[in-house]
Amino acid sequence: MVDLPKTKERDWMKQRVMAASLCVLIVFMLLFFRLVYLQLIKGEEYHRLSETNCVRLKSIKPSRGLIFDRHGELLVDNRPAFDLVMVLEDTGSVPDTVSLLSSLIDEPYVDLMEQIQKAGTAAFYKPIVLKKDISRDQLAVVEAHKFDLPGIYVEIEPTRHYIYPETASHLLGYLGEVNKKELESGMLPHVRAGDHIGRYGVEKSFESYLQGRRGGRQVEVDVNGRVVQELKTVAPVPGHNLHLTLDLPLQQLAEDLLEDRDGAVVALNPANGDVLVMASNPGFDQNDFIGGISTRNWQALMNNPGRPMINKTIQAEYPPASTYKILTAIAALEEKKIDGDDTTFCPGFYMFRGRRYHCWRRHGHGHLNVVDALAQSCDVFFYLAGEKTGVDALAQYANGCGLGRPTGIDLDHERQGLIPTSAWKRERFNEAWFPGETLSISIGQGFNLVTPLQMAVFTAAIANGGTLYRPRIVTAVKDVNGHLVREMDPEITGGIPAGRQTLDLVRKGLTEVVEGDRGTARSIRIKQIEMAGKTGTAQVSSRKTGEKFDNENQKRTLRDHAWFVCYAPAENPVIAIAVIIEHGEHGSSAAAPVAGTLVKKYLGLPGPEESFDAAPEG
Amino acid sequence: MFDRRLIEHFDWGLLVLILLIAGTGLMVLYSAVMAGWQGTGLHYLFKRQLIWMGGGAALMTGILVFDFQKLNKLNLFIYAACVTLLVGVYFFGQSGGGSQRWISFGGISVQPSELMKIALIISLASIYATKVSPEGLNFRQLLKPAVFCMIPVGLIVNQPDLGTGLMLLLIAGAITLFVKVEKKVVLILGALSGCVLPVVWFFGLKAYQKSRILTFLDPDRDPLGTGYHIIQSKIAIGSGMITGKGFLQGTQNALAFLPEQHTDFILSVLAEEWGLVGCTVLLILYFLLICWGLNIAYNCRNLFGSILAFGITSMIFWQIFINVGMVMGLMPVVGMPLPLVSYGGSSVITNMMGFGILLNISMRRFYTS
Repeated sequence: MVDLPKTKERDWMKQRVMAASLCVLIVFMLLFFRLVYLQLIKGEEYHRLSETNCVRLKSIKPSRGLIFDRHGELLVDNRPAFDLVMVLEDTGSVPDTVSLLSSLIDEPYVDLMEQIQKAGTAAFYKPIVLKKDISRDQLAVVEAHKFDLPGIYVEIEPTRHYIYPETASHLLGYLGEVNKKELESGMLPHVRAGDHIGRYGVEKSFESYLQGRRGGRQVEVDVNGRVVQELKTVAPVPGHNLHLTLDLPLQQLAEDLLEDRDGAVVALNPANGDVLVMASNPGFDQNDFIGGISTRNWQALMNNPGRPMINKTIQAEYPPASTYKILTAIAALEEKKIDGDDTTFCPGFYMFRGRRYHCWRRHGHGHLNVVDALAQSCDVFFYLAGEKTGVDALAQYANGCGLGRPTGIDLDHERQGLIPTSAWKRERFNEAWFPGETLSISIGQGFNLVTPLQMAVFTAAIANGGTLYRPRIVTAVKDVNGHLVREMDPEITGGIPAGRQTLDLVRKGLTEVVEGDRGTARSIRIKQIEMAGKTGTAQVSSRKTGEKFDNENQKRTLRDHAWFVCYAPAENPVIAIAVIIEHGEHGSSAAAPVAGTLVKKYLGLPGPEESFDAAPEG
Repeated sequence: MFDRRLIEHFDWGLLVLILLIAGTGLMVLYSAVMAGWQGTGLHYLFKRQLIWMGGGAALMTGILVFDFQKLNKLNLFIYAACVTLLVGVYFFGQSGGGSQRWISFGGISVQPSELMKIALIISLASIYATKVSPEGLNFRQLLKPAVFCMIPVGLIVNQPDLGTGLMLLLIAGAITLFVKVEKKVVLILGALSGCVLPVVWFFGLKAYQKSRILTFLDPDRDPLGTGYHIIQSKIAIGSGMITGKGFLQGTQNALAFLPEQHTDFILSVLAEEWGLVGCTVLLILYFLLICWGLNIAYNCRNLFGSILAFGITSMIFWQIFINVGMVMGLMPVVGMPLPLVSYGGSSVITNMMGFGILLNISMRRFYTS
């Protein structure tokens, strides 16, 4: 091009520029004609609209979906709340009105003014919320002085209402006002400033179903703000209703049984993974979060050492302690390191590389096979079984049994626990695995960590013959007319890597835990049915295995955690339970009775609420 | 030493045009932020816009000092620097409005996607300057510019900032058509994009982006959301009629019926207060500005300079076309400021840089390469 004669280049350039100019001219003519159309031809019409005017928007909030338990019992609904709002355009003197209002309803003047200042820029004709959810008394006073309070209105807002406060608070969750960042993200196209969205629990996980679609009215109002005519109304679409797998009476019983002890209870239906109970203590009152939680309440929740804002069934990780012996037994049997007839002699300790590893029973269990060892929770037996199997094989089986990975429940913040391997230790601590650590792992007392839900899923799988289910919390989403929107089918996530023989042996051992004469949980035995379970006592403070430890004189926070996992009836189980009581000391005395009582209730068995005897174990 | 001819050839006409438009813009902005309820908190925006304009003018003057042909030599460096910044946004960027667009240097936040517009124009001008032929470019010759274009577009769309990404494509498309491509290429590319668009619609767009486009096609679909913007904007424009309601007298504006009245929808404030007369004056000023830019491209004796001038002009043109079209309901609502009128630092700075380059080319138009 550069080599072309100058005149040719000029011609070419002239042609290109002329073409471009023509395009530009056409576009500007188009814009001009549109302007003429809007301002001349349609001008009168628009002018009238802007004068008489004007079009205002009134949004109609949708009602949020309801939440039911498995029996159709309503758990969460909506109630009307009265919000005090102010329209600046209609208010004469803002300070005068606000100070009168503040004396009438007994709210600090500065708090009310702060709301007006916060509303900031686009607030001239839009209602500003001065105070949410006023009391009936305040409402009465405001209504009585209506004419002294120009520009002050009461708006009725549907508000979330948790019918059983503090019940299943972690599972149900709570709402919070949407923040600016979320609004700007474009991820919530139907949410507007001031709306509440699920912040935790089911309210959050199923937000898109519960939310509904906002409606609105476009109205023409006169100078005094009165509606002249409705231009357009879009009806709101109510949110969908959720049907949970939760069993309300059983949940309430579980929470009562925990009383003031910190801990968690999970109960599953082994046939499909339905979550019947998900209790975490202490809890919180979800109603406190409506309209923004007060600083004082929030501080109290945050400073509570029992960590009420944590769902301990999925967010807390504990050493599994003796409940892990189930896993060690499965791994050793499957790897053919032991078989059902092998017996081991427990003298009360195991000498390993010049060190004594104690059994919880100081004078020993004598000769026992795998069934006896599970029933009596003999440490020595599982030291040996675990040592023969090895840490990495144990970990492989643990992963196969759903430990060390999230269960996949539809709730946020689920922790995955920890199943150590030799490779993990090298990576984490840059240190080789010590054979002695395998002994600790075998009785669930090393690095291993599990969540109560993982243990419940594992126990349920043993109960149902080896199938691991994804815990299901919602069975169906239905629209307001009761039509099915979505159905959640049970979901299988894997199977216990063990043959029938192994599972039969383990199940026999677990039944002996409750039903055997020397079983560690024999105190919760009931006449009508056989139960199967496993106790566990998780050391909190580190100490040498078997060292004498006086729990009574220890500070509460150093006391051991009490575990119990079980299923019932032992044949054809219908419920699987995992219980942990933080600092409850002994699985048999603290945790097992909770599970026992729940089983009786669930199976509808009569019997007094007698307290089960305590029998210490390891 | 300093060339005296540069002062003799300085393009006073263009400068006057720029000052006229900027003055009009400031007047409208003043009305947009000052009218209505006093103390709405918007008034400080006017002061901030003045500061941006001052900064932009300084930048524009700075650009006059060196010969624009240096940009030709430095084009790869400028391009690489901007792409690096775009990549940097991923790692160090600040989120705003749901996407990572900003990057901060010691308290000054810049939007690399804005700088990228100018960098891409320079690069394309540099590439095309060696390639053009009277017959037009073929596919093979378009390969390199296409790659240069798609890298930043991909990065920006991923931020995600669909609007700026499309803007880059529009600018690149205009430049490419300006330097002329073979007819065959135009036809094939046209058919191809016809096939690709449905795919983008179903897999590439987010729900809120689709909803904006659907609302444009049918404003009644969402009269309370995006449709409200368009309806209220049309009321404001229409109610201005021939002479308007007068300075600071716009009721739509004052009563805060207009959304974004100081940024994307500022034209409706002008239309309401100054009517058809005011709008026509602004449109004529813009039309003159575009023609002036094209004239600079025509008069430049240097091919790189011609294409560069055209690219900058097309950048200004697209902004005007999209913004005015959107405000009058001819186009979907996309975040697009009106050059020199809308409030916003990034927009002022980018456009002032563009004008700096135009003035630079104009005063050195007799230079040959």
